[in-house]
Amino acid sequence: MSFLGKLSLDAIPYHEPIIMVTLAVVAIAGLFIAALITKYKKWSVLWNDWLTSVDHKRLGIMYIILAMVMLIRGFSDAIMMRTQQALATNGAAGYLPPEHYDQIFTAHGVIMIIFMAMPFMIGLMNLVVPLQIGARDVAFPFLNNLSFWLTASGAVLINISLGLGEFAKTGWVAYPPLSELAYSPGVGVDYYIWALQISGIGTTLTGVNFIATVLKMRAPGMKLMQMPIFTWTCTWANILIVASFPILTAVLGLLTLDRYMDFHFFTNEGGGNAMMYINLFWAWGHPEVYILVLPAFGIFSEVISTFTSKRLFGYTSMVWASGVISVLGFIVWLHHFFTMGSSANVNAFFGVMTMVIAVPTGVKLFNWLFTIYRGRLRITVPVLWTLGFMVTFTIGGMTGVLLALPGADYVLHNSLFLIAHFHNTIIGGAVFGYLAGFAFWFPKATGFHLNERLGKASFWCWQIGFYVAFMPLYVLGFMGMTRRINHIDNPAWNIWIYLAAVGAAIILVGIILQFVQLYVSIRDRDQNRDTTGDPWNGHTLEWSTASPPQFYNFATLPQVADIDAFTDAKEKGTAYQRPKHYQAIHMPKNTPSGILMALGITAVGFAAIWHILWLAIVGLVGAFIVFLFRAYNNDVDYYVQPDEVARIEDAHLNHVVRG
Amino acid sequence: MSITIPADLNVAHSDEHHEHHDTSGNTLFGFWLYLMTDCILFASVFATYAVLYMNTDGGVSGKDIFELDFVLIETAALLVSSITYGLALIFAKRHNKAATLAWLLVTFALGCVFIGMEVYEFHHLIEHGNGPQRSAFLSSFFALVGMHGLHVTAGLIWMVIMMVEVAKTGLGPRSITRLSCLSLFWHFLDIVWICVFTVVYLLGAL
Amino acid sequence: MLIRKLSKAASAAFVLMLAGCDGGVLDPKGQIGIDEKHLIVVATLLMLIVVIPVIFMTLYFAWKYRDGRDQEIYAPKWAHSTAIETVVWIVPIVIVIILGVITWRSTHDLDPYKPLVHEAKPITVEVVSMDWKWLFIYPEQGVASVNELAFPANVPVNFKITSDTAMNSFFIPQLGSQIYSMAGMTTKLHLIANEPGIFDGISANYSGAGFAGMKFKAIATQTPADFDAWIAKVKQQKHTLDSAAYAALAKPSEYNPVEYFGAVSKGMFNQIVMQYMHMDSHENMEHMDTEHAPDMADMKGMHDMAHMAGEHAMENTQNMADMDSSTHSAPSLTKDSSTEPLSLEHSSTQKVEAE
Repeated sequence: MSFLGKLSLDAIPYHEPIIMVTLAVVAIAGLFIAALITKYKKWSVLWNDWLTSVDHKRLGIMYIILAMVMLIRGFSDAIMMRTQQALATNGAAGYLPPEHYDQIFTAHGVIMIIFMAMPFMIGLMNLVVPLQIGARDVAFPFLNNLSFWLTASGAVLINISLGLGEFAKTGWVAYPPLSELAYSPGVGVDYYIWALQISGIGTTLTGVNFIATVLKMRAPGMKLMQMPIFTWTCTWANILIVASFPILTAVLGLLTLDRYMDFHFFTNEGGGNAMMYINLFWAWGHPEVYILVLPAFGIFSEVISTFTSKRLFGYTSMVWASGVISVLGFIVWLHHFFTMGSSANVNAFFGVMTMVIAVPTGVKLFNWLFTIYRGRLRITVPVLWTLGFMVTFTIGGMTGVLLALPGADYVLHNSLFLIAHFHNTIIGGAVFGYLAGFAFWFPKATGFHLNERLGKASFWCWQIGFYVAFMPLYVLGFMGMTRRINHIDNPAWNIWIYLAAVGAAIILVGIILQFVQLYVSIRDRDQNRDTTGDPWNGHTLEWSTASPPQFYNFATLPQVADIDAFTDAKEKGTAYQRPKHYQAIHMPKNTPSGILMALGITAVGFAAIWHILWLAIVGLVGAFIVFLFRAYNNDVDYYVQPDEVARIEDAHLNHVVRG
Repeated sequence: MSITIPADLNVAHSDEHHEHHDTSGNTLFGFWLYLMTDCILFASVFATYAVLYMNTDGGVSGKDIFELDFVLIETAALLVSSITYGLALIFAKRHNKAATLAWLLVTFALGCVFIGMEVYEFHHLIEHGNGPQRSAFLSSFFALVGMHGLHVTAGLIWMVIMMVEVAKTGLGPRSITRLSCLSLFWHFLDIVWICVFTVVYLLGAL
Repeated sequence: MLIRKLSKAASAAFVLMLAGCDGGVLDPKGQIGIDEKHLIVVATLLMLIVVIPVIFMTLYFAWKYRDGRDQEIYAPKWAHSTAIETVVWIVPIVIVIILGVITWRSTHDLDPYKPLVHEAKPITVEVVSMDWKWLFIYPEQGVASVNELAFPANVPVNFKITSDTAMNSFFIPQLGSQIYSMAGMTTKLHLIANEPGIFDGISANYSGAGFAGMKFKAIATQTPADFDAWIAKVKQQKHTLDSAAYAALAKPSEYNPVEYFGAVSKGMFNQIVMQYMHMDSHENMEHMDTEHAPDMADMKGMHDMAHMAGEHAMENTQNMADMDSSTHSAPSLTKDSSTEPLSLEHSSTQKVEAE
């Protein structure tokens, strides 16, 4: 084997103008950002305060930035697919050959789910959960940093595949035998495997970390059934992460053995069984969609109860409904392949179980409705997202129940009806939720408000664009159009394909407006400061801190006696009190260990993809040495002295008084 | 938000102490959670083995290759190592550095015996053309037993690190916490091995 | 029954709404497809009982209780009502129970593996998905065709389906159900065309670069005689689908034109199914009666697994029997030793290498 394994200059797709232009744009943007950082002398700030930070709030913001960058990438893929299909009607070939188009839809799925939705969700969770439970950080701050960098490592690998080699051409599920060496000899599937594997391990560690956090680090007095609803839904999501991501780790590991060492788990030859992969994949994949959507449900609950200035209706119901969804989420995986030939009993069982999930989900919708009932709903951007969700998600839920009927799935399986359905629930459910949470907690995270008008404009583009883009796909599904085809030769479909492309363009405007909103809001931040820390008259503890919160979150740990702990404190007049003395606060120090370890592991992944043995060894040993250094470093924490705490708190409370 | 005000600095000190204590509790609890994820990882590979163990593709089956006597010795080594680790932990909590190190060393040796025997078994199988490439049954056998073996190897490396740590820095609270985590890990691998032994070897050889 | 009438009205509305829906699953031409469309309509209507009020209430409540309408009651601490909670749990539960019963019944009625009850004698077609085309073998007629399928209308068709390579899904949208095609095993599908016509057939599971071109025409002939005429036309082709022809056909191709094979080697389909099995006929015979014969074990294992993934996903025991006769006569199609036939020598070489 050569020094660089399978890697050579031929791996760069010179002949693909689209890719080369993209790479050039990325390079220019990267240089521009680097130049800006240099000009404003921010490199040390970037390194010391952000990249090496163990502060959950900063990690949360970095997760969300990662999610937004990957949203651009994933949405570019979406636009390319829509335009390809729109151009490839009536027998035309379009502009994307199959080997490129097939990579695009695979990358779109992987990126949107693993590297957009997951980081967005985990980012919001990082930002908010420790604050909501009145904790100073998560249980394992360093681990939290490492988790982020492992996720980023996966994202880096998947983006390298754009310029070096190729990405998988298998669809985001990478079903064998197609994903086996015999049918996918290139490096694409290897990129897929290592990107998912590394980020998946990061996600598992996040799950462990946050379960330990909510079980061990709640503020004094906060019972489990007094945790804010967002914290609860995140907790269910974390339980799902801990219980399902190891299955992904296992199944990817087995596929790796098949591809690298000629094992026969899922091959056609040697007695392998591809159905095993499909079962294991969905045993992870189905809980995964609840991991995405449950925290979004929590966000909607927080938003609705805050902006109606009312307690959440049916808190207990909400908690248990989420729990029921989590448990049921594990026994419905087979509905992803009713058409595999299982017996009627098996299919019917999984169909009925899937429908049962509609019950707790329906309960949640009703509870949101009755939270609005007799409230005073302020129509803000987060509320718009929530109302948009309630309408859109209801339709997505209905089509979901339809697909859960095996008899209906036999004709709708893998059709564009399915595509419309899951976009209906993932965009209309999860993404709308994250965007609601983004607008809701933005002032908390940054200390200033987002521009409301641009936010509303963006919402309407998203909302209208969504319907224009995806309702035609329902129709196309009924017309017998299956997913993942790169051209259309049925003239009756054309009009719907064109419409869907228009819808995607409208969503594009929505996304652009979102970024414009971000730019305008940052530019005008001084006019839109949130000085009190409580811009929306919030219910829960995160609003009792400054905006952005002090790095130690709480000078004194709050005493909790109610679900809406901060409302309770405001009503009792115990909010914003100045204690006579502050105590020293024990804090973890920032560390470069996480990013360095992830760097080593990225090298291992890259080396594995290209079969560069020495680099894999270097990466592994490097990561291990950094780990050892970290394990034997005694200088990992420090105390914030009481007088410094007093100074920070006084400044904040003075702001509040003036506000 | 109600605020508790400490009467004097002593309270603050006791608070700090409490915090440190909590951290160790958090670590053990977090490690338990990690073990649960590991448990599911093993369960997935077990399920794969259960599905594929009949798929010998015309090659050998478990009955042809498993030598129970050999595996029994292997098993005994691992089980005894769990006991010796338990002794090491007892002495660690009594702050008896020498005894702790001695028992860790015994545990390490037993672990090495286990891994050595496993490597021998694998080598033997591969030499006779029964490597993991031969059939789905052998793939799943090598993956399941090999994954356990990798875990044990990781445990052994960890043990070396702990022996160095204890030898150099003594038995501070951090070392005790780490030894306790390793203890959980080691016993966990024992339990997994009992499952492997029963499901793979005993049922396979019968 | 009211639901039935409603569903008829609604399906009429559906059809109007989706006027361009010709040829889709809402324009079924076979009994299975008709039943499935009916099921979709009934289930949709049932769900609309909840969905419409929820959407309406969302918009109405948001309007009625918006900030500034101080004439409305404001109850900031009102967060629990046993009556409402009971209703919001019970209503979805009731609907899901109804849907559950419908699911259970329809899933058994529409089981793709269930032979259709019909006075006409069914015909059998063996289907193989290949890179990237469909091969149809007519074992009773002894012919085969590529990317064109024919059968008489109003006669049940029993499909036995497998794959030569990756997984695909055999789907004729206007006739109803689809089923996966998977290498090394056989899945089944039972369909019927209620009227003659030429229907689009596709693969509904992505299988690689040429996937979009994996289309075929399913011709439901007016009468059995027309079908016989089609068979006669195919038989005129002197091409025989034997191992060599199959190996040539199995090479990846995109947008494969229609091809006919006037004759097919005996047991062709079973050989295709078994090509990935490491069969050794000698050993096989020897151990046939013992329980631990590796190949038998293979079959058992697959059945065990099938319990998990899909009970009757395979019918290997039967294939085994067929296999026994076919391995001796016809040259093998073994993939992993594509050039040399699977034989005793082959396996002994393996053993020598092993030792």
